[in-house]
Amino acid sequence: MLLSRTLLKRHSVLPGFDLALGFALLYVSLLVLIPLSAAFLKTFTLNWEQFLAATTTPRVVASYKLTFGASLAAALLNTLFGLIVAWVLVRYRFTGKRLVDALVDLPFALPTAVAGIALTAIYAENGWIGRWLPFKVSFTPLGVFVALVFIGLPFVVRTVQPVLEDVNREFEEAAATLGANRWQTFSRVVFPIVMPALLTGFALAFARALGEYGSVIFIAGNMPMVSEITPLLIITKLEQYDYAGATAIAVVMLVTAFLLLLVINTLQAWARKRQGGV
Amino acid sequence: MTTTMTSAPTAPAAAPAAVRPRRPATEEPAWVRRGLIGLALAFLTLFLFVPLVTVFLEAFKKGVDVYFVALVEADALSAIKLTLLAAGISVPLNLVFGVAAAWAIAKFDFRGKNLLLTLIDLPFSVSPVIAGLIYVLVFGLQGWFGEWLRDHDMKVIFAVPGIVLATVFVTFPFVARELIPLMQAQGVEQEEAARVLGASGWQIFWRVTLPNVKWALLYGVILCNARAMGEFGAVSVVSGHIRGQTNTMPLHIEILYNEYQFAAAFAVASLLAGLGLVTLLLKYVVEQRVKAQMRDVGDRAE
Repeated sequence: MLLSRTLLKRHSVLPGFDLALGFALLYVSLLVLIPLSAAFLKTFTLNWEQFLAATTTPRVVASYKLTFGASLAAALLNTLFGLIVAWVLVRYRFTGKRLVDALVDLPFALPTAVAGIALTAIYAENGWIGRWLPFKVSFTPLGVFVALVFIGLPFVVRTVQPVLEDVNREFEEAAATLGANRWQTFSRVVFPIVMPALLTGFALAFARALGEYGSVIFIAGNMPMVSEITPLLIITKLEQYDYAGATAIAVVMLVTAFLLLLVINTLQAWARKRQGGV
Repeated sequence: MTTTMTSAPTAPAAAPAAVRPRRPATEEPAWVRRGLIGLALAFLTLFLFVPLVTVFLEAFKKGVDVYFVALVEADALSAIKLTLLAAGISVPLNLVFGVAAAWAIAKFDFRGKNLLLTLIDLPFSVSPVIAGLIYVLVFGLQGWFGEWLRDHDMKVIFAVPGIVLATVFVTFPFVARELIPLMQAQGVEQEEAARVLGASGWQIFWRVTLPNVKWALLYGVILCNARAMGEFGAVSVVSGHIRGQTNTMPLHIEILYNEYQFAAAFAVASLLAGLGLVTLLLKYVVEQRVKAQMRDVGDRAE
């Protein structure tokens, strides 16, 4: 009763609001809000100097650089190839297209540990692909990049694909009639329409890559200062019973993730507005 | 409309070579088309298809006997059981939550709705490692309830309840996220009509709402289950890796792999990869149904 009287904007004849919202709020609070607040409260047991000391040691900074750098590079590669894959799937016909389309979601369905050991085996020095490459991939920072490309792959494809399907072909016909060649039509007409979706996909892939753990630790080699990602550092600190130190790094990652979430939501709102305008 | 038109002007390929067919101005030259298809397939092969095939090839590398021995070994069996248990508890819980959240969000207009939506998305942007960490901070020995739990001889962290909690956390958005957009699109007219005709709340839910969303619900459950069975990071933090007791299948794979038992690791991995493929297949089938249901909504709106 309390919930419906205070929160409802409009009266509804449908029942169940109090029960449904009450349960949902209780569930979210118990499972997410309270435990998450534990992380922030734990860092308050540190003073500012201790917090800075825990989050800015050379080893931690090296892990930030690797995590951010590899995530950014992987998200960029996924943006480029995600656009190509989405384009090919929407515009062209070829044998096996449906199968390819379904398999794009594989990184969502394949457990990260499975992906991790498979990628490590392939890109190792004697692996299927690794043996043809002149440089080492597995057990180097490059391996981190490969794993992050794998897990971020579906995001750009799946955000761009529906937008590309909805692109009004008459715009392209109009551009062609006005003398634009195919590249001009793509870069000036199609690309601006899919751009917001492309950015959203990039941000989603980037955010996912920042927190990824399972697929990376197998292929990275996990050498401190060289190929150690930030989530692994949290686990290392936990295993040394340095709870406050682990939590301080976790809070840095959480704040980054929230900021990214904000960016993603803003991008999506912007995209909706643009789409509405077209 | 537009999508059906796109496939129409591909006829020139079939025209006799002597008459050079003119390429429609809204299509790319054949070499560009072939090049892009080639690029896309090469990229997917390198990063998707080869890893998938590798799992199965490596699993059977040392023969079928080794494969099955790895699966029926005691630690593997207990890992499989624990994985099924964790998924068996967390998927139904998240199903109930998803339905409740979707009912409130899609059928009512209330203050703070966007906040709740953001909270539901939160686990997607939180690193799985952090998901595990926060439960250690609450239930671990140094955590809020640590001493109380020890005094009452209960264990959450490094035990099965912690694994279930971590699994629930990482998988709880899936059902809600599939249901909310569909139920929002469907609106409240049918439910209101049922109400006016005298149906009770549960009657409305079982006879009107549920049949309308059943495919999306199933879709959410499939995704939720796949993630629940495959979760590694969050579970790894809270499990304690006690062989035969708190190891799930992904954790068992890690241990085998670190012990250089590659064939056995890939054998267990192949089970999870198989689950992933079944998930994709079901997803594909159900997706078609959801699309059809969404189209129905669109047609009715017009």
